[in-house]
Amino acid sequence: MGGEVILLDVWSSPFGVRVRIALAEKGVKYEYREEVLDNKSELLLKSNPVHKKIPVLIHGDKCVSESLIIVQYVDEVWKNSPLLPEDPYERAVARFWADFVDKKVYESATRIWTRKGDAPAEAAKDFIESLKILESSLGDKSFFGGEKLGFVDVALVPFVDWFHAYEVHGGFSVAAECPKIDAWAKRCKEKESVSMASQDPEKILMVVERLKKKFGYV
Amino acid sequence: MGAKNGEYEHDYSTMAKNEHKVRLLGAWASPFVYRVGLALKLKGIEYEYMEEDLKNKSPLLLESNPIHKKVPVLIHGNNPVSEWVVILEYIEETWPENHLMPQDPYDRATTRFWSKFIDDKFIPTLGMVLKTQGEEQEKAMKEAEEALKTLKRGGLKGKFFGGEAISIVDISASCLSIWFEVLGEAIGTKFIDSEKFPLISSWIEEFTSIDLVKESFPPRDKLRAYHKSLL
Repeated sequence: MGGEVILLDVWSSPFGVRVRIALAEKGVKYEYREEVLDNKSELLLKSNPVHKKIPVLIHGDKCVSESLIIVQYVDEVWKNSPLLPEDPYERAVARFWADFVDKKVYESATRIWTRKGDAPAEAAKDFIESLKILESSLGDKSFFGGEKLGFVDVALVPFVDWFHAYEVHGGFSVAAECPKIDAWAKRCKEKESVSMASQDPEKILMVVERLKKKFGYV
Repeated sequence: MGAKNGEYEHDYSTMAKNEHKVRLLGAWASPFVYRVGLALKLKGIEYEYMEEDLKNKSPLLLESNPIHKKVPVLIHGNNPVSEWVVILEYIEETWPENHLMPQDPYDRATTRFWSKFIDDKFIPTLGMVLKTQGEEQEKAMKEAEEALKTLKRGGLKGKFFGGEAISIVDISASCLSIWFEVLGEAIGTKFIDSEKFPLISSWIEEFTSIDLVKESFPPRDKLRAYHKSLL
């Protein structure tokens, strides 16, 4: 439908994982191409000339970038197993929480390992607080999408593999501070689309250590 | 609505009145609030505008947007929606007449991409220019120029970013008009030089020639004074 699907990505990118999970949920066959960010391919530079970043979804001759924009595109093209609900207000709620994951969860998490001095502890506090806010939004539901994975689950779950790295740098335990998120994460991992896209937290920790050295966050 | 003797009392008359009522909590100088107001006007949706004093936020604001405590907030009936782009997509889906977004999924993805680009590249510049001076301020202005080049290359499809009619991208780009103009005046420069950026300049002319667009702008003198007071 609409041509070949190619995903330009980097194995450790949580933003790329969002797209991989969405494609898997829809049963879309695609070609995965690993990019080396120090040596970006011609195709990447051509298909995302504005930001030159991954992930990029190439569908036939169409190029889509920005992870949540790609996920919405996938949801709209392949209508089986919808990730966004039907009702406009419920969709707005889902979009709000996905935006919250970017603005608050990811933003504070990144500060935990990229700053020095007192900043990591402050960032850890913000990160835990953001997860607690998500916990109360989740309530008693199995997933943010209700009985099945939805837009917000797809937005958040890739960061679970990064929790270990955040915990090591921030001096906290997600399981202890946010048991509901911990339980939610385990339920997500039972889904094939999520487990297939999961990364080894120890390998992610090594990525963080390498990036710290590379960008001088040490 | 409230609790009495452990039981909830429903004020049905208020709820019935509220059922379809649309309210917009805003602040007069905010380009985000402007975007939402413009979308409502373009769709012909009647709404009640409620000005917030951001130094003394109302209980309604704090209750409707407890997470970010910011404007704009759209309250439809008893349902609050926050974050301007989430609000715009909600408006588009709830009142589909006078489309602000294309129907094709790829065109929609492109629309979302450019809206986000404008937000990510230009809104922080407004803030940076207001908050910084000297080298830092110049750097912010240079970055805005680079972003303008990219925007003109990729985003403009015709008369408007949406082609022949306004789309969410044009609504997002509204911040390039009066806000950048007035900011430029306040610091003695012209951000969007018509010689350097003829296409964007003619977009601004086309866009601001629309009555609904102009009507909702904050008063120019008031905005200039406000920007000057922040510098």
